[in-house]
Amino acid sequence: MSTTTATHHDDHGHPTGLMRWLASTNHKDIGTLYLWFSFFMFFFAGALALGIRAELFEPGLQFVEPENFNRLTTLHGLIMIFGAVMPAFVGFANWMIPLMIGTSDLAFPRLNNMSFWLMIPAAILLIASIFVPGGAIAGGWTMYPPLSVQNQSMAVDMSILALHILGISSIVGSINIITTILNMRAPGMTMMKMPLFVWTWFITAFLLIASMPVLAGALTMLLTDRNFGTTFFDAAGGGDPVLWQHVFWFFGHPEVYIMILPAFGLISTVIPTFSRKPLFGYASMVYATAAIALLSFIVWAHHMFTTGMPVAGQLFFMYSTMLISIPTGVKVFNWVATMWRGAMTFETPMLFSVAVVFLFTIGGFSGLVCAILPVDIQVQDTYYVVAHFHYVLFSGAVMSIMGAVYYWLPKWTGHMYDETLGKWHFWLTTIAFNVTFFPMHFTGLAGMPRRIPDYSLQFAEFNMISSIGAFALGISQLLFLYVVIKCIKGGQTAGDKPWDGAEGLEWQVPSPAPFHTFETPPTVK
Amino acid sequence: MSSHDKNSYYLPEPSLWPLIASIALLLLGGGFAMQLNDIASGTYILIAGFIVLAYLLYGWFADVVKESVSGFYNKQVDISFRWSMGWFIFSEVMFFAGFFGALFYIRTFALDWISQSTLVWPDFVGTWPTLGPAATETVEKMAAWGLPAINTAILLISGATLTWAHHGLLKNNRSQLTWGLVLTVALGVLFLFLQAHEYAEAAFGFDSGIYGSLFYMLTGFHGFHVTMGTVMLLIVLFRVLKGHFSADNHFAFEAVAWYWHFVDVVWLILFVFVYWL
Repeated sequence: MSTTTATHHDDHGHPTGLMRWLASTNHKDIGTLYLWFSFFMFFFAGALALGIRAELFEPGLQFVEPENFNRLTTLHGLIMIFGAVMPAFVGFANWMIPLMIGTSDLAFPRLNNMSFWLMIPAAILLIASIFVPGGAIAGGWTMYPPLSVQNQSMAVDMSILALHILGISSIVGSINIITTILNMRAPGMTMMKMPLFVWTWFITAFLLIASMPVLAGALTMLLTDRNFGTTFFDAAGGGDPVLWQHVFWFFGHPEVYIMILPAFGLISTVIPTFSRKPLFGYASMVYATAAIALLSFIVWAHHMFTTGMPVAGQLFFMYSTMLISIPTGVKVFNWVATMWRGAMTFETPMLFSVAVVFLFTIGGFSGLVCAILPVDIQVQDTYYVVAHFHYVLFSGAVMSIMGAVYYWLPKWTGHMYDETLGKWHFWLTTIAFNVTFFPMHFTGLAGMPRRIPDYSLQFAEFNMISSIGAFALGISQLLFLYVVIKCIKGGQTAGDKPWDGAEGLEWQVPSPAPFHTFETPPTVK
Repeated sequence: MSSHDKNSYYLPEPSLWPLIASIALLLLGGGFAMQLNDIASGTYILIAGFIVLAYLLYGWFADVVKESVSGFYNKQVDISFRWSMGWFIFSEVMFFAGFFGALFYIRTFALDWISQSTLVWPDFVGTWPTLGPAATETVEKMAAWGLPAINTAILLISGATLTWAHHGLLKNNRSQLTWGLVLTVALGVLFLFLQAHEYAEAAFGFDSGIYGSLFYMLTGFHGFHVTMGTVMLLIVLFRVLKGHFSADNHFAFEAVAWYWHFVDVVWLILFVFVYWL
């Protein structure tokens, strides 16, 4: 690839002070805002998780009332999903997609800033709802009726409206990203030359545009059932509480791929760099991503196997769910094949990415176990499911985010991060994560129900291990924060391309990336 | 090179509109939650939210119109607008798909299952329309071949008048453009008037069991979209009267036309599945 070097223009647009952030129309600044917002929410929701694990350290009720325990699990889920993981990916999309496809910014910079600033009122509503009379929303992040209709707390309405606002933010942001990818690529950057991270975001944006409005519809029905006497989810009025589950999971299953496809894109960027080989099977990666996305719309009822649906439906959703393992298997194979006979080195981003391949695959396999109808009837709502989705969402999504932060910190800050501390962070995180969540496979298979503040005595040892792991995991993340801040403040100067095996346009601009890049698009061969 | 160079992609200066949007949504969300829970100040906060929202929409769109007529938007920006409007309409399609999905699920599965269950309501027969097994009265379905059929004709004709206006614009026939838009707006208002009349005369309400819930949710959101479309058409009409738009630069007109046709198609599906079948 050849390119003209990006140049910095001082004649326009480097606002300073508070206005730089409040009124930004710059994809890098908005990306930074997203990433810091996500980091803050990650600690907030992580602290809620530590509340859960403190209560579960021993059998019996120690620290929190059962109702507050439910609030902890509900808010932990909602905030991690909508406040931590999704904004982190949008932050990466903001920072990296224009650099990767060689354009000056997103298609609509002002709307981009609106997508970020809409997260703030949503966060305010959600967090303020903890303090209203009646207490925070407590029915689980899935908000199943009749519980979510009967709960008279104003907090439920506030949470519904917060999610509506987040939905607007996601839809606007996704339209922006998908338009940027379709219309703003540098000359010569054909779709099939795009870095895989851009491809995964293209497909993720499609999933968001298709599924978020369905969530909006479901939330609207919930709001009117609560406040205007409709009976969508009330059998006495001819409705059906299970209708909520169908509409919610029609959104919810694409949503879990929204949280993992960009992660696939991130590790597909990191692994070739440190294997010093091009990504194995690029085209098959693209097709596999698209296949996963399309399948995600026809598998939703595997979350509802125990609701009593007809056998034909159960079988359909079981087999369609299992089909997803084929494109996912293609991806795992390609990552391993990329590493095969590569000149591998194990800097912190690579450590995280290799761990993601290994640990996410464990989560994928436990997902297959859950997909098997008769098994799922046993493990529904047990800690086995909790173990499964933390293996895909923490060691899949969150750890790939951490790896990618280390990978691009030199580009963002102009400094190398502290490699020793980075490796410490990696090992502490990986070990603590497994100590926390691996025992949950056992407690879950033995029948320990999720979302309950107490448990039978036979689960005591495993729960104590989980809680010790969870606190180690939480404290390790302070090290992450320290490494990031240390890297921003200073450190060894990073060159334009600090990783010798890295490919892509983002390494052709200086480090730190100047405020404006690619105002004249590069030409891609 | 400046960002206002007509050959490069337009990058706007820093703008406070996004932050104002976030304030508007905070007031609207917070105020609505308070109002729903009978907290007196909620209504005022809600009204404040609508005022900020109106100021935002007016100010932001005025900026965009100003940039457009100043020629800041090149061909590539125009393509971005087209893609984004297309994806926005797709998101709207999915929004309505959720409610239609609820309608089909209830009518195909849920009512059957409630009828078959003999434990709680042994005598219930789930024929459509229904107020649900706990209701003592019954409900008559809204007749399709009265007002709704007339409304269907009105919307279809309004699609035609809008296309006629578009042809006027392309031929640079400003009076055909203006009158086409005036007719379309008038038909939109007539549709809304008849829809309001139908609501006023209806024997059932939003809280009348699952039939009332689905009927008003679907037709209500459609009516809301017609209202938005009519307002957008009015704005386009005002811009036409001010001399905006030319045969080769009129994306706002086309975007509103796409939206109007989308609302039209939603109505046809509504007519078949909510009123007729």
